[in-house]
Amino acid sequence: MRKLAEWQLALPLALAFASIFLAPLLMLVGVSFFNDDKISQPGFGQWAKFLGDPFSYKVIADTMLLGLKTVCATIVIGYPLALIYLDASPRLQKVLIFIIVMPLLLSVVVRTFAWIVVLGREGVVNTILLQLGIISEPLRLLQTELGLVISLTQIEMPLMLLPLISVMSRLDPNLRDASSALGASRWRTLFKVIVPLSMPGLVAGCLLVFASSTTAFISQTVIGGVRLIYLPLLIWQQSLVVFNWPFAAVVSLTLLVSVLTVVSALSYLGRRTGGYVHG
Amino acid sequence: MQDASKAKAARTLDVEDLTVRYGTSTAVDGVTLAIEPGEVVALLGPSGCGKTTLLRVIAGFVRQAAGRVRVDGTVIDHLPPNQRNIGIVFQNYALFPHMTVAENVAYGLRARGIGGPEVAARVSRFLEIVQLGGFKERLPRQLSGGQQQRVAIARALAVEPQILLLDEPFAALDRNLRLDMQIEVKRLQRTLGLTTILVTHDQDEAMSVADRIAVMNKGKVEQFDSPVAIYDRPQTLFVNGFIGTTNLMPGRITSLQDGTATVSLDAGASLLLPAPQGLGAGQPILLSVRPEQLALSSAAGPEAWKVDPGLSLPIGAQLVHEARTADGAALKIVEPRRPTGAEPGRIYCTLTADARPSLFPRPA
Repeated sequence: MRKLAEWQLALPLALAFASIFLAPLLMLVGVSFFNDDKISQPGFGQWAKFLGDPFSYKVIADTMLLGLKTVCATIVIGYPLALIYLDASPRLQKVLIFIIVMPLLLSVVVRTFAWIVVLGREGVVNTILLQLGIISEPLRLLQTELGLVISLTQIEMPLMLLPLISVMSRLDPNLRDASSALGASRWRTLFKVIVPLSMPGLVAGCLLVFASSTTAFISQTVIGGVRLIYLPLLIWQQSLVVFNWPFAAVVSLTLLVSVLTVVSALSYLGRRTGGYVHG
Repeated sequence: MQDASKAKAARTLDVEDLTVRYGTSTAVDGVTLAIEPGEVVALLGPSGCGKTTLLRVIAGFVRQAAGRVRVDGTVIDHLPPNQRNIGIVFQNYALFPHMTVAENVAYGLRARGIGGPEVAARVSRFLEIVQLGGFKERLPRQLSGGQQQRVAIARALAVEPQILLLDEPFAALDRNLRLDMQIEVKRLQRTLGLTTILVTHDQDEAMSVADRIAVMNKGKVEQFDSPVAIYDRPQTLFVNGFIGTTNLMPGRITSLQDGTATVSLDAGASLLLPAPQGLGAGQPILLSVRPEQLALSSAAGPEAWKVDPGLSLPIGAQLVHEARTADGAALKIVEPRRPTGAEPGRIYCTLTADARPSLFPRPA
């Protein structure tokens, strides 16, 4: 009896989930199997068109690479930041967590436009570099992948730091002392003790950053412009410019499947390493 | 046990005028300890007395504001923890949860660049020593508390440290296991002849494991002496109150003559005691005497004072009497339980013949 009651409690959410998420997803799958943009002739034409075009594979690869590059950049910058946070005094920790969370309090649009100001031809970076005499010509940062990775790294950083910090701050501080007393250098302690034990947080951060940066339509289009084409831009063009919904559905499903593939690979890796700690 | 190589391996440890400050508070205040090779010293005191901070300075985790730490006469203050070769066992053991027992024990050896078959041999040897030979492939969370502690000890010993530090290592164990592990650690320490410092707030533990005890209070060492001396001849009122159970009775030194002090107790008795150092005639004092050094009797006399007997509780082979003196001091008196049962009319209290009461100046 009690079990049934508990099961019923989940019903409203399940219904909402089914009608708002599952049904549209199934419709999306359905729409992708129509040959024409009027959605009248069923067939595999759109899939054949998309998968038969080498350009599609370049866009898929670029999108996944963008995600991986952003993940790498957030790890390289975020991990040391998490270590600094861990060593900071409680007061400094409060300040740091505020700085870390602050990007989440701003709209993505605002953050992205801020990056235009920073990265533009007359932007902060170019002005400083020119005045210091390091460069003679303004660097091209907007509408390049480098500029996009830089801004996505900042925009997605909280998604890496928060899980990382939450896992790291639960580590016993004596473990570091124990490692040190046993003769290990700081680097050895980092790679043999801290990194393996913070793996669950690191993997969670990677998942979030990857999924979020590969689908970051606003940043990709505003910073990357139309010169850099990623799957979200392609979906937008096909659905809202060309009005070829079946083709847009094909691209959408491709994005979904490619992100899911990488994400499951990452979480499989995470389960294997995290197993030592929690398993 | 005392073969030459091991005896030679034991190091002296000297702590000189050591002071540690956290902000404005002084955690360790001018502590000096000279520890002999192969000796076990307990740092004993209430929480916040600075004993753990002192241990962490020796290990190199905390930097002192003043003073020196020497191992075998060589100052080690400038060395980071990983170059001090000092083994430490933490209260929560701090085993690496993602490594097996064998990997935990091998950790320090690998960090020192030892590899291959020697690591395996030493891991096996030290796991045998702590009687965990068959547990190599287990993870720490698959072990009981006592087993985890033995792994922590094996891990600390495997790198053959110069000094062994134990930070409340028995606190997390239940009572029976604690006694077993205390004996075990003492045995290991004897076998290896390792100079050892044990931090504890448990006086029984300090008494049973240590060769000497440094009783600490508010960052200072109040007394550094053998367990027997600490128990029988406490130097300060704090040590007196912290170690064992004691009775305090107010009084006054009425006269001093030929090394003998006449002490008049407020409870109404006059006692002749060996003259204490640094106390003069007329000095208000507190007389401290252990419960087993008091006796009840039915006979009045100049050296006996009248008490109001309270409850009598049989505890094991002993009988514990409660009593109250005329001036209101509560006394505990312990005597061997006699088969005759209760003896009424014993309303006088005296010192036993072998009593060694201590005299302390009475705080204003």
